[in-house]
Amino acid sequence: MPRVLLIEDDQAVRDGLRLALTYQGHTVDAVETGEEGLARLAGDPADVVVLDLMLPGMDGFEVCRRIRASGDLPIIMLTARNDDIDVVAGLEAGADDYVVKPAQARVLEARIRAVLRRTGGEPRGQGAKPGPERHGDLTIDREGLVVSKHGTVIGLAPTELRLLLELSASPGRVLSRQQLLESVWDQGYLGDSRLVDACVQRLRSKIEDDAAKPVYVQTLRGFGYRFGPL
Amino acid sequence: MTGWQFRGLRTRLLVAFALLSVFTAVAVAGIGYVRARDGILQRTQDNAAVEMTNQLKQLYPLPRRPVDANALQVAADRLNGRKNSALVTSGGHSAGDMPASVITPELRGAVQSGRVAWQRVDVGGVTQLALGSPLLISTGDRRNPTVPSGIEVYELRNLDAEIEAVNGLARNAWLAGGAALVVALILAVLAASSVLRPVGELQRAARRLGAGDLDARITVRGSDELASVAETFNSTADSLQRHVGELRRMEADARRFVADVSHELRTPLAAMTAVTDMLDAEAKRLPDAAGEAVRLVSQETHNLARLVNDLIEVTRFDSGTASLAVDDVDVAEAVRATLRARGFAVETDLPDGIRARVDPRRLDVIVANLVGNALRHGGEPVTVRLRGDQAGITLSVEDSGSGLDEEVLPHVFARFYKADTARSRSEGSGLGLAIAWENARLHHGELTAGNRPGGGAVFTLWLPREVRQ
Repeated sequence: MPRVLLIEDDQAVRDGLRLALTYQGHTVDAVETGEEGLARLAGDPADVVVLDLMLPGMDGFEVCRRIRASGDLPIIMLTARNDDIDVVAGLEAGADDYVVKPAQARVLEARIRAVLRRTGGEPRGQGAKPGPERHGDLTIDREGLVVSKHGTVIGLAPTELRLLLELSASPGRVLSRQQLLESVWDQGYLGDSRLVDACVQRLRSKIEDDAAKPVYVQTLRGFGYRFGPL
Repeated sequence: MTGWQFRGLRTRLLVAFALLSVFTAVAVAGIGYVRARDGILQRTQDNAAVEMTNQLKQLYPLPRRPVDANALQVAADRLNGRKNSALVTSGGHSAGDMPASVITPELRGAVQSGRVAWQRVDVGGVTQLALGSPLLISTGDRRNPTVPSGIEVYELRNLDAEIEAVNGLARNAWLAGGAALVVALILAVLAASSVLRPVGELQRAARRLGAGDLDARITVRGSDELASVAETFNSTADSLQRHVGELRRMEADARRFVADVSHELRTPLAAMTAVTDMLDAEAKRLPDAAGEAVRLVSQETHNLARLVNDLIEVTRFDSGTASLAVDDVDVAEAVRATLRARGFAVETDLPDGIRARVDPRRLDVIVANLVGNALRHGGEPVTVRLRGDQAGITLSVEDSGSGLDEEVLPHVFARFYKADTARSRSEGSGLGLAIAWENARLHHGELTAGNRPGGGAVFTLWLPREVRQ
């Protein structure tokens, strides 16, 4: 069962989530502050981090950035407010998904399972050809789940990788944000399209030569995103 | 005077000044003219009478009576001059150039009674002076010093010069009156402006104040009544600004309080909500009453959480922090997704291919609230219809219940409004329709409620194809 690191400052919420996730069969490590959480990760890596944005001391955004900088661990934010600015800032800091408090355990659990599914398995696209694919300077190995540019491996977070695989599976075809939410985030039709936008921005900053003039992941205003044509 | 009313202060002032100046000019010039004219004419007449009596002396000694025509002619020739013509009559005879027709009976009567008399007469359209005098004979008797000789002398004098002088006077009077009128009008315009400029400023400032610009003030000039009106306006605006500021502060405080309370409630609710799934699972294993109690706690925790979420949503609308995350969506697909996610069974008329740029999550909230409301308070079957045109999309939710009462209609989107006061707390926070309405407004669209002709309520949502942000 996946190991969850829960970083939440309020004791009742921490206890509630720990109880509920443990009840579902997860191994839960619950800490109070961002600093503690980062220290815990250094010693004993978890499979997924559930992170409250409003923390005393180091705030959730900073914790998020540091986890992202050091690895590709999936992060789910807990936002006490559904304030758009918080959500967007959290997604820009590298979170893969978010859950608004108060949340039922089964909602959080579903998000955890969805984000963990992205680390493996084939994307639901048209039949992928075996072996690495070349797209311009990019090489995408769908089986080994490795993306490299000019021969250098690019470190992508699971959601970013999943998004790239989904888009590159059908080059030249436009995918709407809602389609991407369903296929990459496992969200129903009514997901938050800002998840897609934020993830596209992060992906571009890693694979494009110039993120302001994207070549690989292109925006079609009003329709969605398209891989290529190169 | 149709259509020309004394509406404006400017018009009234101009008219008043004009009337006053015309009246004054007419009075002054008129009286002056009349007196000058009378004076001129009086002097002329007096002079003419004096001249005539002097001339008459030349006729003495009088010819013996009965006077013959010849003697009369001689007398007339003596009296005829450049500026006048004469007529000498005695008995039935007369001689001279003056036409007898101009001598009026009154003049003749006055002369025959023994007086020197004159009268202005009209001769061929020109005013001339006719004078008449009897020739008298001295008797030397004290009691009756003179007796009429029977000879009457008439003269007709030309008044051209005097008439010219009088006309000159009249012209001057008209000129003076006209100049006075022009000056009066200029003064009136100036006076009107000096009054109307501050009045106009006051009006503009009052309009700004009414439109909600509480900083509107006017500059106070001088110390007249208008200045004191300006001061009054400014102090009124000051106190209005103070009061409104206070009200706004109070309202902001109240809203902040609601927002703070909602946020404070969130944390304990988050802890409780986290464990409700566990409670629901464990309740099955508990004995009847305990299980029921646990289920109750779980259910009410969800209701409370929904209420708090809705409250927070409302506070975000109020504080203006609610924003749109628009995306291009196929509206029919989005509505179907909402119905699917909520498990709503309704009849649909949702043509594909109607696309709009809306916030899908907010559209979901609107549709879920409208359909949920129709199923709960209306009556099945519920029909959801979608139509689109160039400008926007129209989504209607119709139920088959008894419709909405007339007194309910205006309040149906009010917060916590319960159409039926006796109705117990239903599922839903009492904020659903209010939030739906706010969401429509955020899209620059609108949400309206009404009744179908055949009974049943209908809620109609209109959203623009593209939100202008």
